[in-house]
Amino acid sequence: MANLTTNIAGLKMKNPVMTASGTFGYGLEFADVVNLEEIGGIIVKGTTLNPREGNDYPRMYETASGMLNCVGLQNKGVDYFCKNIYPLIKNIDTNMIVNVSGNTPEDYAECAARINELENIPAIELNISCPNVHQGGMAFGVTTEGAQSVVKAVREVYKKTLIVKLSPNVTSITDIARCVEDAGADAVSLINTLMGMAIDIEKRRPVLSISTGGLSGPAVKPVALRCVWQVAKAVKVPIIGLGGIMNERDAIEFLLAGASAIEIGTANFIDPSVSVKVANGISEWLDKHGCSSVQEIIGQLEA
Amino acid sequence: MKQLKDLRVTSVEFLHTRFVLIKLQSDEVLPEIKPGQFVEVKVNGSATTFLRRPISINFVDKESREIWLLVQIVGDGTKALAHLKEGDTLNVLFPLGNGFTEPKKGEKVLLVGGGVGVAPLLEYGKTLKEAGSTPVFLLGARTKADLMQLDLFSKYGKVYITTEDGSEGEKGFVTQHSVLAKESFDRISTCGPKPMMIAVARYAKANGISCEVSLENMMACGLGACLCCVEKTVKGNVCVCKEGPVFNINDLTWQI
Repeated sequence: MANLTTNIAGLKMKNPVMTASGTFGYGLEFADVVNLEEIGGIIVKGTTLNPREGNDYPRMYETASGMLNCVGLQNKGVDYFCKNIYPLIKNIDTNMIVNVSGNTPEDYAECAARINELENIPAIELNISCPNVHQGGMAFGVTTEGAQSVVKAVREVYKKTLIVKLSPNVTSITDIARCVEDAGADAVSLINTLMGMAIDIEKRRPVLSISTGGLSGPAVKPVALRCVWQVAKAVKVPIIGLGGIMNERDAIEFLLAGASAIEIGTANFIDPSVSVKVANGISEWLDKHGCSSVQEIIGQLEA
Repeated sequence: MKQLKDLRVTSVEFLHTRFVLIKLQSDEVLPEIKPGQFVEVKVNGSATTFLRRPISINFVDKESREIWLLVQIVGDGTKALAHLKEGDTLNVLFPLGNGFTEPKKGEKVLLVGGGVGVAPLLEYGKTLKEAGSTPVFLLGARTKADLMQLDLFSKYGKVYITTEDGSEGEKGFVTQHSVLAKESFDRISTCGPKPMMIAVARYAKANGISCEVSLENMMACGLGACLCCVEKTVKGNVCVCKEGPVFNINDLTWQI
């Protein structure tokens, strides 16, 4: 059996498959139907310094091969997470990673500092790419200055593996990737959702409560793959690829394009056990192709 | 305990041009299912259907390990479900959500259903009767042809009917039915179109009767993870798929 272990800037993973923030809750919601410990890493719901109610309903709309959402970072805040959620997840034998968001660089840093204290959280994923909040979120991820300000502030207080999640809603994702690398990111994950919208033609109104939302699912996969491929050539830090991965073949495309690990997002809604199926599928594919390790295919695109 | 399983289709029966009753059988003992809980089914054979479809559980037969789904054909996804054939398999995530209030012996409970919203009330009525309570059904439809499973409902309790065109039962809406003035109830559970449930909630509130409603907000995961299907409550935004679909009207922020 091929060796699936991979390493993201010191973060050791039993396989390269993670679940994407906002699509897998705290993992516990899925525990009845999938063995969480067979997943390489679980990135839990976006967490902010203060509690957030999120946006009004409707927050979701099904689209051709995908979906739009504008949840807006609903969560109970980092203190609630540390006190009430962390004790429930800290002994799950996988990498439990927290996705961190905020309104200001100081917010991000304060939230990250609290999570830095949690022994069994080996990494955070900094969300500078959420398209569904008015303040912060994507606003930081679409300029090099904004991205750098957040990453620098967090890097000062956060001592473990710092992953920065990038937005595709930019002119040059490679510019942003380079600048977060310079600011101290240990790894980058990409892509967050693509900003989109849907219209109810009878009401002549947008379907979603805040008019726009983030598009995810297989519809965005070609865009995501292109971004990963470009960023892989632009930075030295490891890349975590995501965007529309539904099965092991999709995952292998991202690995070939240069991702050292992948995240599964929207596919969790279609098959809550898909993450483990993808990990097993990668293993079988490697065996069939005479590869002894997943490392043999990472970045091995011939182009 | 939730299960993610391929269930075998044992029967697909059109009750109407727009309603189909799909019976599914498990090859193992069913998990504990509460009335009012729902399933999410994976729809195959529809290019435009990406997400699972949430469908309420109409009836559970533990002995034959069967679950019934009463499906209204609305879009491409439900149309594809209607094309299932006996012997096909359907991938089902279940049981989901909280379900209706646990039956308490001796209670008289009014179950108000409208349209396809009558579906979960059959299983609830059965459970109430088995627990020694008295379910009374008040079912509303546009016209006689839209009324379904009346023979089954009447096995578990008295059935009162309203139709908008007066073709069956009393003419009008459920909240206008004369039984409401003649009989008293310990509590009300309702499932159907939102305007109907609001009217029922108003009636309950005005008459000091405890009332719960079953919501059907658009949802994705069904597990309380994606936070898409939220309803505003006195405790803030909560997931209809996990904290619901059944809510006491006092916990909602409806203008009633």
